[in-house]
Amino acid sequence: MRNILPVLTVILALLVVWYAAAFQLNKQWALDMAARQDRVMTTQQLIADTWAQDKPKLPAPHQVAVELWETVALKNVTSRRSLVYHAWVTLSATLAGFGLGTLLGTLLAVGIVYSRVMDLSVMPWVIASQTIPILAIAPMIIVVLNAIGISGLLPKAMISMYLSFFPVVVGMVKGLRSPSQMELDQMCTWNASGVQEFIKLRLPASMPYLFASLKIAMAASLVGAIVGELPTGAVAGLGARLLAGSYYGQTIQIWSALFMAAAVAAAAVGIIGIVQRATLKRMGLDR
Amino acid sequence: MIRSPIILIEAALGLVLTLLAAVALGGQGALVTVLVFAVWIIGTLINLRLAAGGRGAGLAPLVLGLTLLGMWELAVRGFGISPVILPPPSAIAVRIAGSLPILWEDFVQTVIKGALSGYVIGCGAALITAVIVDRFDFLRRGLLPVGNFVAALPVIGIAPILVMWFGFDWQSKAAVVVVMVFFPMLVNAVEGLRATEPMQRDLMHTYAAGYWTALVKMRLPAALPFVFNGLKIASTLALIGAIVAEFFGSPIRGMGFRISTSVGLLALDLVWAEIVVAAIAGSAFYGAIALIEKRMTFWHPSQRGR
Repeated sequence: MRNILPVLTVILALLVVWYAAAFQLNKQWALDMAARQDRVMTTQQLIADTWAQDKPKLPAPHQVAVELWETVALKNVTSRRSLVYHAWVTLSATLAGFGLGTLLGTLLAVGIVYSRVMDLSVMPWVIASQTIPILAIAPMIIVVLNAIGISGLLPKAMISMYLSFFPVVVGMVKGLRSPSQMELDQMCTWNASGVQEFIKLRLPASMPYLFASLKIAMAASLVGAIVGELPTGAVAGLGARLLAGSYYGQTIQIWSALFMAAAVAAAAVGIIGIVQRATLKRMGLDR
Repeated sequence: MIRSPIILIEAALGLVLTLLAAVALGGQGALVTVLVFAVWIIGTLINLRLAAGGRGAGLAPLVLGLTLLGMWELAVRGFGISPVILPPPSAIAVRIAGSLPILWEDFVQTVIKGALSGYVIGCGAALITAVIVDRFDFLRRGLLPVGNFVAALPVIGIAPILVMWFGFDWQSKAAVVVVMVFFPMLVNAVEGLRATEPMQRDLMHTYAAGYWTALVKMRLPAALPFVFNGLKIASTLALIGAIVAEFFGSPIRGMGFRISTSVGLLALDLVWAEIVVAAIAGSAFYGAIALIEKRMTFWHPSQRGR
């Protein structure tokens, strides 16, 4: 709580910088317009104009806020003009990919921890897989999957999955290996079977690592879903809003889509944080 | 040494699936499936031997890679998959050998001009900001939560805006990269600058070291492991940022441009060739940083154990 004042100060400073930048970037256009109409603008008029243009280079914060309010609160949720509708399209792909990625990551991690062969051979490829800029080839994957008849939610979810399984693998391998030799020996003295050792010792021990990874994975899969919407003229979703906005110079629309994406990311990561706190508290790991 | 149950389960599952597929497909499909499975079994056996021997364990990933490539080639040729959907590795290799000038031109445009310049500017700016932020506690408490928040956002979304501001050439790509790498780097560097222990700080104090001496001789070196962590994360981000930014407009060269236009032309072998180049560039970039890290932070526990 003691961070509130500094954080608010920083945000306020950002807003001031933003207004100043909006004035600076939009000034030229306003001046050109005035010159064309043979008007002379006072400084006050100029400032007012730069903060209220239709297609500004950089919209002022209040313009974005108004656009957000209009597209979120004043439109029917099922309408195509509603940002909530687009956010839901993106979020559903994100969640599907996130679920699949978490599942795949956990399975791989269990395999890597229990099998030396997999540890030696798979782990380097898991790392190498992330140096491939998957986001860059996302358009191709979407096009190819479309060509063989898979379209809609699934291709986007695949990209999200590819981005989100990696943090889960790394975190879970670390977590499943976190019990000390002493704890493993203790399980041994209790004559615990391999399955029991896994369920009662390794799995609980890995939870803090899992949650840390899940937060990163969630952010990554949202990025994946958004980029997945860019190609093939996607008609719905936050990525499609970004692309449409950039085609038609609707900067206010771009910024409002960006803020919606930020809100979705913050909400999703926040929910994981709440689950994390509740779970770890029940397990007595809360510190 | 084949004691691990996972491998046995894996093998059994694979066998069942293969048999099912073979029965379902019949004829040539069955033969191809069996061949693909045979390649996989051979690869796994070699890896089992390597894992058991201990010596040459470093080859295991190579064997897995070759196994996967072999399965890919066999499956594409055997099942007659159209090259429009998935070209075989051999065709991709031929394409790489055939269009080296194009690949080099795209590499220079995207990696050297776009990603690298943005990476240097972004990471440099983040480091300087980190030192300033670290100096003033108020700033640190205010900027760090904001930085953490921004680091988790889909920053890639600002690509269209920056392309609008800085034009189509590499400057806008560098700008996207700067914004993408700045916050992860900042958060890591600030964390690193706080990594010294009270005992070490007290020692510097007894030496009558001023702020700058302590910064250069104690806190910056102590921050290096964190800084390198940030540099590694930023290296993959930089490449992604530079390529994706090209989707929003670029001159007629660059890896992102080539990928998006080649997909339209169904020249998937060229797309895959670009992907190979990107993967090699990304791995080399990451590897170079890891190497420098090994040299500079040899004293850190994570480096000593190896």
